[in-house]
Amino acid sequence: MEAVTTQDITVNDLQWKIEYRPEQCTLCGSCVAACTFGAIYVDMERLDKPVFTGSVPEGTRQHRAMPVIRQRSDINHACVGCGMCEKICPNTAIRPVRNEDSRMPLLQRQHGHPIKRGGRTNLNSQRTLDSIVVGRISQMTDPALDSERHTFDMRAPLGRVVDARHLPLAIDGNNLLIQGKTPPVRWIYPLIFSDMSIGALSPRAWEALTLAVGYLNEHCHLPVRMSSGEGGVPRKLMESDKFRYMILQIASGHFGWNRIVRAMPFMKTDPCAILIKIGQGAKPGDGGLLPAAKVGPHIQALRGVPKATLHSPPNHQGLYSIEESVQKMHLSLNAAFGFRVPVAIKCAASATSVSVYNNLLRDPYRICGGFFLDGIQGGTGAANEVSLDHTGHPIVSKLRDCYQAAVAQGLQGQIPLWAGGGIGMTGNAAADAFKMICLGANGVIVGKILIQLLGCIGNEHGRCNKCNTDKCPTGICTQDPRLMKRLDVDRGAQNVVDYVLAFDAELRKLMAPIGNSSLPVGRSDALVSTDRAVADKLGIQYAC
Amino acid sequence: MCRIGSIKSLEPVPPSVALRLMISQQEGHDNSGFAMVMKDLAGAFLHYKNFPLLSMACTGRGVQLVNEYMEQHGFVQIAQWVPEVDRQPGLKIEAMPRYVFRNYDYPEIYRYRTQAEREDLLLDTRLALRKLLEEGNDGYVYSFWPDVLTLKEIGDPADIATYFRLWNDDSRLLSRNIVVQCRQNTNYDIVRYAAHPFFLQGFTLCANGENTFFTKNKEFQKSLFRGYIGFESDSQNFLYSLHYVLHELKWPIRYFKHVITPLPFAEIETRPDREVLKLIRESLAHLEINGPNTIIGMLPDSTMITCCDSKKLRPVVVARDDKMVAIASEVCGINEIMPDRDTSRDIYPNERELIEIRNDLEICRWKQ
Repeated sequence: MEAVTTQDITVNDLQWKIEYRPEQCTLCGSCVAACTFGAIYVDMERLDKPVFTGSVPEGTRQHRAMPVIRQRSDINHACVGCGMCEKICPNTAIRPVRNEDSRMPLLQRQHGHPIKRGGRTNLNSQRTLDSIVVGRISQMTDPALDSERHTFDMRAPLGRVVDARHLPLAIDGNNLLIQGKTPPVRWIYPLIFSDMSIGALSPRAWEALTLAVGYLNEHCHLPVRMSSGEGGVPRKLMESDKFRYMILQIASGHFGWNRIVRAMPFMKTDPCAILIKIGQGAKPGDGGLLPAAKVGPHIQALRGVPKATLHSPPNHQGLYSIEESVQKMHLSLNAAFGFRVPVAIKCAASATSVSVYNNLLRDPYRICGGFFLDGIQGGTGAANEVSLDHTGHPIVSKLRDCYQAAVAQGLQGQIPLWAGGGIGMTGNAAADAFKMICLGANGVIVGKILIQLLGCIGNEHGRCNKCNTDKCPTGICTQDPRLMKRLDVDRGAQNVVDYVLAFDAELRKLMAPIGNSSLPVGRSDALVSTDRAVADKLGIQYAC
Repeated sequence: MCRIGSIKSLEPVPPSVALRLMISQQEGHDNSGFAMVMKDLAGAFLHYKNFPLLSMACTGRGVQLVNEYMEQHGFVQIAQWVPEVDRQPGLKIEAMPRYVFRNYDYPEIYRYRTQAEREDLLLDTRLALRKLLEEGNDGYVYSFWPDVLTLKEIGDPADIATYFRLWNDDSRLLSRNIVVQCRQNTNYDIVRYAAHPFFLQGFTLCANGENTFFTKNKEFQKSLFRGYIGFESDSQNFLYSLHYVLHELKWPIRYFKHVITPLPFAEIETRPDREVLKLIRESLAHLEINGPNTIIGMLPDSTMITCCDSKKLRPVVVARDDKMVAIASEVCGINEIMPDRDTSRDIYPNERELIEIRNDLEICRWKQ
């Protein structure tokens, strides 16, 4: 009899257990081939047992060896629950099952390293927006509009808006004439595809998103814009007229900007905007991270880096104050594009967000073209789990705080507010967007939901979240050419387009009952909350 | 739905014309009040056109408070008209104890001040008096402006007219311009300040309908100008936006329509003046209105305007003869006072135009 070695890791310690039904297995091996994590393998099951047969039982010893599929009881090859085995099995013989008794959180730090993963927070999945409903419906005193028949004008500004008293307008008889320059402002669809870089995403996934953006703009007349993320842009795109749909991101690592700068003389059109990333809701204050495993040759070429883990520092080096940030980064980026391109800033939502926003609003250069706030429920391609789960700030109240701070000063609308971090977390991004707009956002940014539309199966209950490993089973967050091919670019783009078209229709379905044909920015009176604490905090009606 | 109306006449007309314009529109209506602003006065006020006229309804204590304040601040009363009211029983009116219509001369130190400084003084004085009376619930100050008289009361419009003897046409109350409305607020509390027409620095406005961007407008307007106060009604937003565009920004009148109901972006892009229109839409996004509504406005120079929401969800009609132009929510009102006009000249403004009626009765249709 063997002694039990209690420190040994068994399948029951892992987060997911493979449920295998040998009686249905055809032993095709597809599941093993499909598992990018090596969590299962083909093994020989040896059976050696006495068998009694005949009318007078006569014992014989039978030896049988059967090929079976087994799960590895190894932390480094733990099943992540992605379900690719189940997806590919022709006979429903195998599937992962969540293990309630998992000891993974204790075991994963065994080499003294913090846990790293992708996805979004798995601890803070509370849904403030679900306790809010659109409760001010046009009935009798004013008519609701018809979402199918009436026209709706759903556009949001991106760029520094000048207050009316300071517009360079001269009166010429009955006309106003422009007699000076104003900062560039783009009126775009109130939905921006958030900044996921080539590197975090596979080039094919990134391509699928750009295809969707192109299609939405040119065939559906929805001016949706996409942020490049910090990882450069393919030269061909920079030299194409589709470049106007892109928002170029610059973060503290400046990855990809060498090539962007070199491409400038060849750009046919300006990009939509520049987005300076200061922080990210998923891992605020922790900088960017692209693990070496994902720095493939094409990523090295795009970013001009060797194969190594790429850290973007938590701060932009050399910026020691917000005023200086405005002068150095905003002005230089504005100047780089001849003051024709709005330069916005993205920060992680924080207890200090209002102070940041106030500083930007009061900046005498009037140079900041947008304030992107990213909440704790935003996603990431790679982060320390402690950051994902334990740092950040819920977006809803922080967005509201910023809007109300602007209202108190009469400055609302001057620096457009774009909010993200969990938009569409439960599937309906239009409802989330509408409520955020009523609370003061000009528009919303989405990321995670886009890759979920491409086929990502990760969720905030710990499923997969292995975007950092280069083993993405869906081909979305990997740089492995073999895995990338799993993603059908055209079908992925089609999914995204379909979703945005439905988003557009749903947004109209929400605007029509409150009788608005343009975006109800700041129309908090249209919302009621069934949670008194939420109602009090956001300054909206409580209803029960 | 409120009914609103206005009259611009070459010859001064009595309030009874405005009453006839409105009462014929009252079918199925709650007839809960009467409110009018008269401008370019004749009759009792003819000789005091340059002296600011204070219109208020208050208690006896309210009169004392106002007397003290005006004296302390150097205003000199030079004329007063006290309506000789008819207190016959059975009239549906919630009358205030005192109605005061007084012309004042400016304080001595304002004798050589600019027009703008005088306008600021009148506004600040009205706001101060309003605050003073509100503290003890002692009454309401509706307007304090040269050549402008405001009368508002709660009750049946016909009875209110009887009470103030407005049917008598005794030539004491006459004016070339009247903006009128016959209803109290039906959505919210009945507050005298919530009954339009509203008045601010020479601008008068009444609205029929809803402004579903009330919260958004209010939050923005509160910090734009010290006179944008109250917000007892979502219709006040229109007055404040009108005042802001014309008085503060000093933009031509046609841009008011572009501010409150901007063109869709797709249309803006096709226009030669798109850059101006986009700037306006950007900077004044929070003054956009939504919902079904029609407004009638009167400017400091007595020009009248009317326009509708961007989907024309509420009606309005403009009609004229040789001596008068009238605007009304329903054409039956106009038929009452101008039965012999050429109806083919009636104008039913569309959702993309702003009608401007000048003092010589020229009608200008500004296409958006």
